[in-house]
Amino acid sequence: MRLPIPLAAEVALARSAGRLSRLAGAGGGTTVPGKLLWKLDPTAVDRLAARLPLGSALISATNGKTTTAAMAAEILGGRARLAHNSSGANLVSGVASTLIDAREAQLGLFEVDEAAFPEVAARVRPRAVCLGNLFRDQLDRYGELEHVAARWREAVRLLPPATALALNGDDPQIGDLAADRPDAVVFGVDDPSVARPSLQHAADSKYCVRCGTPYEYAAAYVGHLGEYRCPACGHKRPPLAVVARNVRLSGLQSAAFQLVTPAGSRDVRLSVPGLYNVYNALAAAALAGTLGASLDEIAAGLERFSAAFGRFERIEVGDRRLLMLLIKNPAGANEAVRTIVDGGTPTHAVVALNDAIADGRDVSWIWDVDFEPLLSGLERLVATGDRAAELALRFKYGGMDAAAIEVVPSLEQALDRGLELTPPGSELLVLPTYTAMLALRKIVAARGFVRPYWERAA
Amino acid sequence: MKIVVGHLYPDYLNIYADRGNIAVLERRAAWRGHELEVRTISVGDAVRAGDHDLLYIGGGQDREQARVAESLAAKADGVRGAVAEGAALLAVCGGYQLLGRSYRDLQGVELPGIGLFPLETVAGDTRMIGDVLLECELEPGVRRTLAGFENHAGRTRLDPGAEPLGRVVAGFGNDGESGWEGCRVGRAVGTYLHGPLLPRNPWFADWLLAQALAHRIGEPPELEPLPDDLEQEAHAVSARRAQLRGGRR
Repeated sequence: MRLPIPLAAEVALARSAGRLSRLAGAGGGTTVPGKLLWKLDPTAVDRLAARLPLGSALISATNGKTTTAAMAAEILGGRARLAHNSSGANLVSGVASTLIDAREAQLGLFEVDEAAFPEVAARVRPRAVCLGNLFRDQLDRYGELEHVAARWREAVRLLPPATALALNGDDPQIGDLAADRPDAVVFGVDDPSVARPSLQHAADSKYCVRCGTPYEYAAAYVGHLGEYRCPACGHKRPPLAVVARNVRLSGLQSAAFQLVTPAGSRDVRLSVPGLYNVYNALAAAALAGTLGASLDEIAAGLERFSAAFGRFERIEVGDRRLLMLLIKNPAGANEAVRTIVDGGTPTHAVVALNDAIADGRDVSWIWDVDFEPLLSGLERLVATGDRAAELALRFKYGGMDAAAIEVVPSLEQALDRGLELTPPGSELLVLPTYTAMLALRKIVAARGFVRPYWERAA
Repeated sequence: MKIVVGHLYPDYLNIYADRGNIAVLERRAAWRGHELEVRTISVGDAVRAGDHDLLYIGGGQDREQARVAESLAAKADGVRGAVAEGAALLAVCGGYQLLGRSYRDLQGVELPGIGLFPLETVAGDTRMIGDVLLECELEPGVRRTLAGFENHAGRTRLDPGAEPLGRVVAGFGNDGESGWEGCRVGRAVGTYLHGPLLPRNPWFADWLLAQALAHRIGEPPELEPLPDDLEQEAHAVSARRAQLRGGRR
């Protein structure tokens, strides 16, 4: 039998563990308290969440959940004190850690791992849920996309009827969830001028979720996200309530669009680039709207937002600059490449492929990424990380001259080599997978160029 | 020389970066002065024996595999006939299962296969996921290794006397028990190994190309060696991964 430990005692114990972890130099200690609390008493998470006077909002998606949550935090931060897992610790333990640290918080704002979403939703009993997209990602860890979709469907069915839903109607698997929830706020893009000429190679949900017939796309925007319709059974994108129209993409600098909502419309200029960030902004706007934010607060918050941790960062390193974009699955990497190329093809790049659990042990996904648009301008590539040679092969068989590819498995040496190749005053493109991104930031932080992530997240 | 490849269902079966395998065949053929022409064969298309020098089929999600199984039944004679008259073939993961006699899922529902490979597959309740290393002897006396990644719930059992692709050095293989992986019938090979398979196993890519050329000219030709330093390094890393953390039987 479990001893009845008071919640306050459990929380105090878990907090000390986090401080110890930081003192021991084991990183930010961002998940240590949560893991300990989880071990002591799994229901403590439920009780901590229930204490938040304004409840909690959950955000999940394959791509963009960290950025969407950070945008929502920017919008909502003026209204309420937030408990927000901004450093990306998005499993149950990460949510628990954030709750432990957030003593005075009023509203919980949590990005949640796709696989962890059903359990977190059942425990936290959120007031609002935002579901952004489902792409193929780390098949060795998450399994097939359809299995994740089926688990989400069930988790949404089990949500309390009062829970507000913000759903991406442009993703067939997610748009279909609105069928049983007429009150859901459906968001999407409506601007064929930024559509792709055809579905990308890595498009996933291209067959009708109801009958299996290939969808016809009036416009395909990002992967399989777009305006779809099944020619056989008529299943189609649900009507949109929160819409991006008149999208203007300015390379790596910014993206602007007209945000159209039932409460009116505003022109929004984001200081982050790419159509994928327009989707993130729509998701944050739709979610914030369900939590009571006004259209003015939404537009102002989105415009204030700069960048989420490690997703898109420019870091000054002496007289050169790093442009770092996280890559972690085909759909996300394709958008990163598309955005980079829109801003002018770089001449030098460091691409880092690790295969730890958080990166995916199966590295086959790099062969589904369309790296080819980078090749025309790239003079030299430094392939790095635990699977540097495999990455080099991806570029070699993509058509790059093998003599222009250097394999430097050590991240630190690769970074130095990349900087050495980059002329002073110019920019070095860095595309790392998740654990490589953490390691590279640590290297750059040790040299005094960025703050460690747990300080930044505070 | 022109080599005609028939890529079966690339629109449904492409989950493990199958286009990486095709890219490797294309480039390695081109570097030897051969041209690879890749033709898509999907729902509604026919396979006629003699039309292709090499057939390729990859893996997909359950739902897509079920749809392909239905369509593939209509192509059974064409595919078996093509291999019987000397075409080479590579089937990976789901495609490998579909070319056996049958696949039974967890609910006991049986998907018929086309019976090219003498084997049956039954789904288990756990997936076998991890890095794999095999030792193969495709030509008598020539032992080579294949390194890849596997992710399958199916347990594949070869008929007595059937020829496996290789012996499992590290990882699960066909069923996690027998110690064998894949299956070979003449110039046709089926395997669970993706990664994709060919970039980090260039000797095997060349073996397939030689078999495809043999369909044209009667005998597999000796292919001019290529500088494969990057490929060997990727192979070595992948092989070490399998030995350190591949699935254990």
